[in-house]
Order: sequence, then C-alpha cells, then structure tokens
Amino acid sequence: MMMDRIVESYNDFDFENFFRSLDSKKILDVIDRSGEKVLEDMDLLTLLSPQAQEFLEEMAIKANVITKQYFGKEIHIYAPLYISNICDNECTYCGFKHSNPIKRRHLTYDEIEKESKYISETLGVHSIILLTGESYINSLEYLKNAITILKKYFNTVIIEVQPLSVEEYFELKTVGLDGVTVYQECYDKELYKTYHLSGKKSDYKYRLDTPERASIADLRSVNIGALFGLGNPVKEAFLSGLHLRYLTNKFLNTQFSISIPRIKEAYRNIKPQNIISDKQFVQFLLAYRLCFPTSGINISTRESKEFRDNLLPLGVTKFSAGSVTEVGGYSLSNGSSPQFETDDHRSVVEIVDMLKIKGYQPIFKDWESSI
Amino acid sequence: MDKLIIGGVEFNNRLITGSGKFSSYNLIREMLNESKSEMITIALRRVDLTGKSENVLDYIPKGVKLLPNTSGARTAEEAIKIARIARASGCGDFIKIEIINDMKYLMPDNHETVRATEILAKEGFIVMPYINPDLITAKKLEAAGAAAIMPLGAPIGSNKGLLTKPMIEILVENCNLPIIVDAGIGKPSHACEAMEMGCSAVLVDTAIATSENPVKMAIAFNKATQAGREAYLAKCAKINNHAVASSSLTGFLRD
Ligand code: SF4
Repeated sequence: MMMDRIVESYNDFDFENFFRSLDSKKILDVIDRSGEKVLEDMDLLTLLSPQAQEFLEEMAIKANVITKQYFGKEIHIYAPLYISNICDNECTYCGFKHSNPIKRRHLTYDEIEKESKYISETLGVHSIILLTGESYINSLEYLKNAITILKKYFNTVIIEVQPLSVEEYFELKTVGLDGVTVYQECYDKELYKTYHLSGKKSDYKYRLDTPERASIADLRSVNIGALFGLGNPVKEAFLSGLHLRYLTNKFLNTQFSISIPRIKEAYRNIKPQNIISDKQFVQFLLAYRLCFPTSGINISTRESKEFRDNLLPLGVTKFSAGSVTEVGGYSLSNGSSPQFETDDHRSVVEIVDMLKIKGYQPIFKDWESSI
Repeated sequence: MDKLIIGGVEFNNRLITGSGKFSSYNLIREMLNESKSEMITIALRRVDLTGKSENVLDYIPKGVKLLPNTSGARTAEEAIKIARIARASGCGDFIKIEIINDMKYLMPDNHETVRATEILAKEGFIVMPYINPDLITAKKLEAAGAAAIMPLGAPIGSNKGLLTKPMIEILVENCNLPIIVDAGIGKPSHACEAMEMGCSAVLVDTAIATSENPVKMAIAFNKATQAGREAYLAKCAKINNHAVASSSLTGFLRD
C-alpha cells in the first residue's frame, strides 16, 4: 500500500472510540513490549493517546534505556544554512511565503562559499542542512553547484528545498548529497489544502511521496515530520509515525529520522492553532522512540534551551546548534527576515559545553566526505 | 603461553573493546587502562582526520591496537574506500569490515562483506569481517584471506547475549580462523559463555559504554573473558544425558 492509501485508510477511523477503549493495563503493556517487539500501528496510537499522558514517566524510563542501547550517549551536531528565501508558494503559516513583502535574498556562489567557510572554520560544524524557499530560481544547476561548494567544507550535506524527482536526487547524489529533509507539514489532506494556497506545494501527494523518491535515489538519510500547529496533533503525530514505519519497512538501506517541529511565530505574528504543549511534545517524542528504536530524532533550535536540554535523555539523537534562519545570517551583511524565530540562541561552544556537563559526547563528524 | 594471534600479531588479552556510545573520550582512555584490553575498534566515519575537532585517536594509549571499522558503509566499495583511508591515515593494517544495509535491525550484509574481504585481503589488510553467523559465509571468508571471523551473538545493541549460539558453535567447530563474538553480548556472563564455547575473543562495546560505570564494567568483562578462556582450556566436564556409574557395572564380564 502506498502512503496516500495508508493516510486514506484512517480517514474514517473513530479515534475517540479507540481512545475510550484504552485502560492503564493496555498502555503499560505496550510500554512493556517496546524495544523488544516491533510495535503495531495501534500500539503507536495507544502511546500517543490522551490517556497515555499519565504514563509519561514510565515511557521516559523505557525511552532512556532504548536510546542508550542504540545510540549511547552521543549527540550529533548540525547547523542550518539558508541560501535563498525566495519562494513561489503561499503557505499561510510561513514568513517566506510569496506574498510577504520581506527583503528577499538569493546567495551567489561566492556568498555560499563565505558562509560555509565561516560555519565550518569558526563554528567547527561539519554537518549542514542547506535550506531554500521553494522556487524555480533554485534550479538543479544552482543546487548542484551549491552542494559542490558545501562538500568542500562539510562531511555531511542534507537539503531541505523543494521536492525533486528521483532523477534529480540521483543527480545531486553524484556531487555528494547525503540526505533530504522534507516535512509533510500537514497529513490531513483536506486541511492541507487550506494551508497551502498556491504554488507547487499545494500538490499534497507529490509532497507525500518525496521521502520515497529520495530513498529510491539511495540517499543515505531522510528526515520527515509534521509541522505541529496545523492539524489535529494526535492524528498528525500518528500519521507521521506511520509514514516513518512505511519508509523504514520499505527501504532498509536508508537511515530515517523524524522531527517534531512546532510552529513558531514568523513574519507578521502568525498565530498558530492546535499548538502542542510541552507535555504533548514529550509524549510524541517518547512514543516515537518506543516504536522506532533505531530511527533518529532531531530537535531544532525552535525549542527553548531549557526544554531542549531536558529532552536529551528521552530519545534525541541530533541537535542543531548556533542556528541562524536568515539568508546569509552567519557572516554576510544582513537585513533579510528569518523564516521563523529560534528560541535557543546558544553558540556551538555553549551547546558542546552543556552536552559535556550532562555526560554526552557531541559528534561533529559521522561520515567521510570522500566516500 | 595462551596467546591470541590475529594476522600474525600476538595478544595477551581476549577482550576487544569499542569506542562508540561513550559519553566522553577521557572515559575511553580510562576504560582501556583499567580493563587491559589490547585492541579497540573505532568508527572511521567519526574520526576527523583534518584535526578540526577532537580526535578519539589521541585518547587511545600506545600499545593498544587500533581496529578501525567500516561502519557507515553500505556496499563493499564503500567499505574498501574506508579501509584504504584508514590505512593511509596511519591507523594500521587491521580493518573490521562492517557493512550494514538494514537500518531497521542493523543486520550485516554477508554477501557484500565477502566481496570486500576478497579485495582487501589481497591488498594486505588484516581483515576481520563482522557477519551474521553462517558457515558458508565463514568458509568463503576463510578462502578470501580473512584473519578472523566476527559473528554476531544477537542484533547490535540488543544486549541479548548468545542468541545465535548453535550457529557460532558450528563456526567454532569448522573454521580454522579465530572466532570472535561481536554484537549482542550484554553481560560478562555472556562473554564468559562465548569463551567457554571455544571462541577466541569477544568484542564488547554497548554493554560497557552504556553501563552505569563503564570502567568497572570493562574490568568485569575482562575477568569474565579470562575465566571463560581458562574454563575452555581446562575442558569443562561433559554434561551427560545418560547416567554414568562411578565404577563399572559390567567390568565383571570377561571376553
Ligand atoms: S513553508 Fe516553504 S514553501 Fe511554504 S512559503 Fe515557506 S518557504 Fe515557501
């Protein structure tokens, strides 16, 4: 079954009725089986249920054990690099949307080089996520050249740009692309339409199949997730979990990871609806760790530093550090608007110190660029 | 003396340790000093050869043999490249081939492993392949020039012990190379059991690195490994399914 069919199969599912059927015994039984047995779809939903919130401590203890078992006490450090905020799409929640009269910027190759040099040499980060808005201006050639430059400075290069075809991912792989991040943003197809008003992103299915295309192109890593604040949080968490399971079962060769981004205020005070609480955020993270012991979980600087630090023992494997979400925001003269506000403003050095104090080893390099 | 010999190199100690999953590099140094382990595996994908960030190699005492591994490799070609980089950067000739194509259970790809071993052994590497225990694969590796065979006891990181015991026993009985149990060993008693079975060494990473006290745990593993080895050399008394009388019951019969 393709992913869109899986989403469809839950269209008429009576979530409330399922939640009513749960009791403590059923929830504890799932927690107990986690890590040992492969958990089923309904097990994931059980862990995401409102009732399971009472068992967060039990879930956390198990998640801590599973994480140490598979990932030890290591945290991977990466930084985002925005090279263009030009966007042809109209996503109602985003500061980069086409209709926003913000200052637009599209870095030249020289500027990309300068930013890369700064991040790798001054910040010491070796793993980078290259981000752009979604626009025709990010031609395959532009992306290819950008990745070629980045590969001189970073061991791992991941892109978060407009969805591409299998052939295009293959092409970028030839110049060293390691992975793709693509958020479905909203798994509820009807709601999706109301948030994505125009531009290519309004094609729900093409976006939904993007992680699959990247996996077919045999990229090493693929990161997915829902943007929390758009749809019903539990359903969105459930469907993104099912997406992770679908991909993990289908492409054994790809390392999948999941993120739990929450909407942040961007340009012009966009007020999110359905925003998830810290408690729910933690519940989702724990549910993912219990269901998917070997998948990565990323936490970005959207979250506050205190919150991020407390998440460390619960299943996190990747941490962004020293993040700047403005185009050219690291080393070039500025003035462009951020895509969203970050909350953890610590430098890479400060994050590394914090990790060490808390008994974690920061990992800067996890792959050899020349391979 | 009872020495372990791999690729012509002698070892007095049969506990091989790992450097992944630790909370700091200092802890790795202390663990090595205290456990007396003489060989440690390092993931080359984590080693920053440009010297831009902290380097695990600086924390490994002289005299401890480096066993760079090819973790991260998904094909024979990738493993071969990593091995060559390891050698070129001064990590020596030992290489642990680890090719994983299954990111869900982290199972090794035996076929790709044989292919990589064939090429690297010809290039003079001392090749230690990590495999799913299978006699046919082990025999192919032997023919390809491997220096040891490293079967998994249970899936990586699972700490479940010797789930594959009957398969490993077949390897011990039928292979001419040292059999080193890698992956799955979660407790010192598992290491002891592997050694009692006649395995030549054990590789332990997760169980040490993620214990409450990795240094103390490494010491425990060292003792367990030694105990198991001594038991093996002393030839454990057989478990008999049939009753055995302490003196002959039929000796009165003459021919
Ligand atoms: S979310 Fe992405 S595609 Fe949508 S407006 Fe923002 S930058 Fe453009």
